[in-house]
Formats: sequence, structure tokens, C-alpha cells
Amino acid sequence: MGERVTFSKAFAAALALAAAAQLAAPAAAGTLAAVKGRGYLICGVSTGLAGFSIADQQGRYTGLDVDTCRAVAAAVLGDAGKAKFIPSTAEQRFTLLQSGEIDVLTRNTTWTLARDTGLGLTFAPVTYYDGQGFMVAKKLGVKSAKELNGASICVQPGTTTELNLADYFRTNHLSFKPVVIAQLEEAENAFFSGRCDSYTTDRSGLAGTRAGKAANPDDYLILPEVISKEPLAPAVRHGDDEWFAIVKWTVFALIAAEEKGITSKNVEDMRKSDDPEVKRMLGTTPGLGQQLHLDEAWAYNIVKQVGNYGEIFDRNVGKDSPLKLERGLNALWSQGGLMYAMPFR
Amino acid sequence: MAGQRRRSRHELRPGAIAIQAAVLAIVLLLGTYLVHNTLVNMARQGIATGFGYLGREAAFEIGETLIPYSPADSYGRALLVGLLNTLQVAIIGIVVSTVLGTLIGIARLSGNWLVRKLAWAYVEILRNVPLLLQLIVWWDLLRVAAPPPRAAWQILPHIFVSNRGLVFPTLIWSPVYLWMGVALMAALAAARIVARGKKRAAALALILPLALFLLAGAPLAWEVPELQGFNFSGGHTLSPELAALLVGLIVYTAAFIAEIVRSGIEGVSRGQSEAAAALGLNRRQALRLVILPQALRIVIPPLIGEYLALTKNSSLAIAIGYPDLTAITYTTLNQTGQAVEAIALMMAIYLALSLATSLIMNWYNARVALVER
Repeated sequence: MGERVTFSKAFAAALALAAAAQLAAPAAAGTLAAVKGRGYLICGVSTGLAGFSIADQQGRYTGLDVDTCRAVAAAVLGDAGKAKFIPSTAEQRFTLLQSGEIDVLTRNTTWTLARDTGLGLTFAPVTYYDGQGFMVAKKLGVKSAKELNGASICVQPGTTTELNLADYFRTNHLSFKPVVIAQLEEAENAFFSGRCDSYTTDRSGLAGTRAGKAANPDDYLILPEVISKEPLAPAVRHGDDEWFAIVKWTVFALIAAEEKGITSKNVEDMRKSDDPEVKRMLGTTPGLGQQLHLDEAWAYNIVKQVGNYGEIFDRNVGKDSPLKLERGLNALWSQGGLMYAMPFR
Repeated sequence: MAGQRRRSRHELRPGAIAIQAAVLAIVLLLGTYLVHNTLVNMARQGIATGFGYLGREAAFEIGETLIPYSPADSYGRALLVGLLNTLQVAIIGIVVSTVLGTLIGIARLSGNWLVRKLAWAYVEILRNVPLLLQLIVWWDLLRVAAPPPRAAWQILPHIFVSNRGLVFPTLIWSPVYLWMGVALMAALAAARIVARGKKRAAALALILPLALFLLAGAPLAWEVPELQGFNFSGGHTLSPELAALLVGLIVYTAAFIAEIVRSGIEGVSRGQSEAAAALGLNRRQALRLVILPQALRIVIPPLIGEYLALTKNSSLAIAIGYPDLTAITYTTLNQTGQAVEAIALMMAIYLALSLATSLIMNWYNARVALVER
């Protein structure tokens, strides 16, 4: 922080134009007004990770991250369809958000201290609790990550994955050769063509890659070790509390809807529910929407158009998807998981 | 006298000076405004600034390093690893592409129809396909064509080719080698000073290091690569990434150098080769003794541009996973979030590399330039 002040002072002192320059700095905050004025929401997503954000043949994006973004669009604009997606590499994503090119980053991004403080970002609640793992070809005969001494490992740059990988091998006194490739597709190709013995990323990502890209998914094994905590969460720019609250409560609304048994199918009937919290949530009893500077039907729109968290999970990464991931840590708190929404009052 | 003096093209009227000063002032003000605006915005968004991050632990591993490096080292050292990798590619690339380009440039003017046409096809195809595409093709080829390490091809004793690269034995360092080098240098220096005993000094240059080597008990130990687990351990590995990058850059740049060499040779007046022929020199002698030395003077200035391009093009390494300066900078940028500093530092380093290359080549150019008496 000290350095920053010296920098600015030096420039200000050296140049008489400092005052004029300050006037032209773009106005802070106001993401909500900007989105409403523009008429659509812009989200940063991955360049194609099955289950989280991937474009189909028609160019339509699907995935858990995509649905989080669509939920925000439904809450803010009343229409989940009014969301645009900008694909970004792991390296570009924070700059996209910092520079204001996107409104929300919904791109399987791990919440860490350094990112929360040094990058000018704020993380909304976690949408997927993940952990890093390793995938190998079954014919390699490896059953545990501890057997990977000396292996070549494909990894993407600019990720927590890259750091966890180094930490894990340091801790276990093993050696490895990273092959660091920026484009996800190239990294996956390198692994499947045998350039690397193992490919490492979040276990959900491994499942997505195996289901979506492997010639024969049964030839590949995801090793049992989970070497890190990877809480994947949406992020917004630091300092815009109004917008942060909207994204945060959109995620809570998804979780709370599942908790209360509100689904995209029964949401109409649930409006007539006797449960006072459900009534507050869905706007039958007005007040909460106004406090978020949104329409009273914000949560109703989310659930009606996108579904609750359980529906989103099942269709994108869970039992109704090719990934077939277990709910595990991502089950509701009441069912032994970590998904917990703050009270709607 | 002042009134009669004709203005040279480089002299400026007072009005023109004022305009140039105004343009310069505007450019400076704009630059200042941009820098200041960036700092203000970054401060407001709570983005960290400064170069303090260079001393912090990098915590990521690098696949190929010329100096010892571990994740416990700093970001600064990681960048140094990247810089050395870039330098390695640039130096090998420049040397080999010059040799290859010169050969192809000469072949372009060959009397043999087939050789001439092949060289022409080489140049036209390679310089008209985007380099990034070529790199990815080379990389895919090297990866797909070669077998996995457990089924590696042994092309020579202890030298293996697999999809992990080319593995070859390395000599284990012994302090005697240092002294052998010193002896060689001393003998060579002696040969320069004592003009008469040239032959004797040359013999000395050969015998002295050899004697030292034998005296020390001929320490010749090789570190031989062996298949251990999944990969080869020991020896040195030329990875598919580095190989693809080098091959791609060399083959691409050589096409441009060939054209420069060809135009250089054609730029030497026809009378020179006729005069050489009249003196009884055959074609090869004429080329070596008369044409090429003169062509060199024409060739060097455009060659500098190609060398700079090769160095800068090496940053495409990031696409195929070779840890050059750009790749390490991007990783650093992303782990620290300090995009402005990281990019500024990278730009400064590439600028310094380019300026150094220009400086060396301009010095060489001045040396070989025709000195008119």
C-alpha cells in the first residue's frame, strides 16, 4: 500500500495535470444501473468445461456456472435469457472482471485469500465445493497419487491447481515435470495423446473432461486422493456492495429454494404457501426485493426460469448429466452437505 | 553568409519546431493521464501495486530450467528461469536459422533446376503459413509420432526418442575440465602473440589439455538416462515443446533469411562474378571468395530485423507449453494479480533483448561495412 501512495504522489507532483486526470476516471460502482441500462448481463465463463460452462452446437451455453449467471439475469432483469457469456482462459478471467468487461465472473474459480484481497474482487457464496485430483490412463497401472513420482503432469497455468500440485509433491517429497498449457483443449489433447502421465485439475473438471473428451471414458481413472479444497464461487468487483448483495442473495435463493422444496415446476403453487419465509422469498409478502433494489418477484423469476440449486446440480453435473457426480459436499446442510442459505427475512 | 545558406532537409523552420513541441507535449500529457488514471483506478479497486511480489515465494513448478529452481524460490528467480529459456531459444534459433537460411538462399540461385524449385517451394510455403499454426503442427507431430516412454525408440546407445522428448547422456562435471579449458585458452593466446611458432602453439593447444586430462586419471563419467517408473531419469531431455518451438522458429525464419540472402547475392553486380570467372575461379570459389563477402554487407541490416522477429516470436511458446519468459510472466501475473507490473517488466525485458541484438549486429555491420578511402 505504501508503494502505491508514493507512486501516485510522484506522478501528481511531477505533472500539473493530475487533477484533470482524476475527473475523467470512470464512475465507481453502479453495476446494477449499468446492467439495467444495457438490458443484458455479461458473465465470464470458461472456454468449455463440461458441466460448468460449455457451448453446444447451437452456441447455447449450458452448465452450473452458466445457470448461476442466468439466475442473476432472472433476478435483475426478470429474464434468464438476457445473459451474454464471454469465454476466458484461466489467466484472463480476473483482468476481464477488473476492467469492467464482465459483470460477474462465473467461471469455476477457487475462492482464496490472495484473490479476495489482492485482486480487487469479492466472492459470492460457493456454488460448488470441489477438490483437486488426478486422472491417469488405466493402462498405466497407477492406483494412488503417491505413485506418481517422476511423472509428467499436464496442468493449466494461472490456476490454484498449479500451486496445489507443487505443494503436494513438495509435501510428499516426490518429483514431477509440469507441462503447462494455457488452452484447456490443448491441455486435454496433450494428456489424451500421452504427452503426460497424468492430468490434474478439480475433480469435477476431471469428470467433465473424461465424459466429454476421452475417446473411451472407461480407459481413464480418477485417483482417490483429493489434494486440496477448491470452493468454486462467483466473483464480483470489490467496492460495489449493492451488486455484491444481489449476486450473493441470488446464490442463497437457489439454495433456499431447494431447502423449502420450491422447484421450477411447483413455484406457481408455492406462491400460495403458508410458510412465511417462502412468502417473503417469492414476493407474496413484499419487502425483500425492494431491499435488494430488485423487483419483488426476483426469487420467483430465478426458480421459475432456472430452477433451484438441486435441479441445477442434477441437470448439469449430477445424476441427469454425463458427469454423474455425487452431491457429496454439495448436498444441503440438512442432508450432510455444506450448502446453507442465510435466512430470508 | 547565413542568408545564403540553403536549408538542408533536416533543418527545421521555427514554425515546424513549435508544432513538433506541441505534438510531443500532447503525447506526454496523454501518457501521463493514462498512467495516472490507471493508478487511481487500481487504488480505488484495492488492487495491489509495486514490484514487491518479485521477492515472494513463487510456489509453482517449472518443467524445464537451465538453472536450479524449486517452487520454494521467488517469483524473481522464476522469471530469470523464463528469461534464460527465452535466451536459449533465441540464440540456438538465430544461429541455426542463419545457416539453414543461407544454404536455402544459395540453393534458390542454383544452376540445378530441381534444387532451385525445391528451395523456391520451401520459401513460399513456410513463410506464408502462420507461425502459430506451424508450431502446433510440429508439436502435435512430435507428440503423436513418437511412442510412449516405455516403448521408446533407442536410436543410438543410450539415446532415446519418446513422446517425452529426446533423452541423451550428459557428461558429469569434473574440475579438471575447467583447467583443460584454461590450458586451451593459454595455448591459443600464446599462438596469437608468438606469430612464428604458430604450428608449435597449435600442437600445444591440443597436447596440454589432453595431458592434464590423462594426469587427472581420465575422469570420464556419463550420466546415462534410464527408464524409471514412467519416465527417463538421468541424462538431459530435449522436450517435445522445446523441440517443436526450435524447429518451428528455425524453419520459419530460415525462409525469410533465404530471401534476404538471395537478394543480397543478386545485389552484387554481375561484373563481379564475371571478373571472378575471368580470373579462373570456379563457381564455388567465386561464391565463397568474391560474391558472399560482398553480399554480407547488403544482407546484415535486414537480417537484424529477422533476428529481432525470431526472439519476439519465441513468445508463442506459451501456446505449446514451453516455459519461456512470456509463459512464466503470465503465470506470475495470474498468481499475484499484478498485471500492470508483470506486463511492464516483460515489455522492458523484450525491449532490452531487442536493443542488445540490434546493438551487436550494428557493431558487426559497421565492422564489415565497406570503408571508403
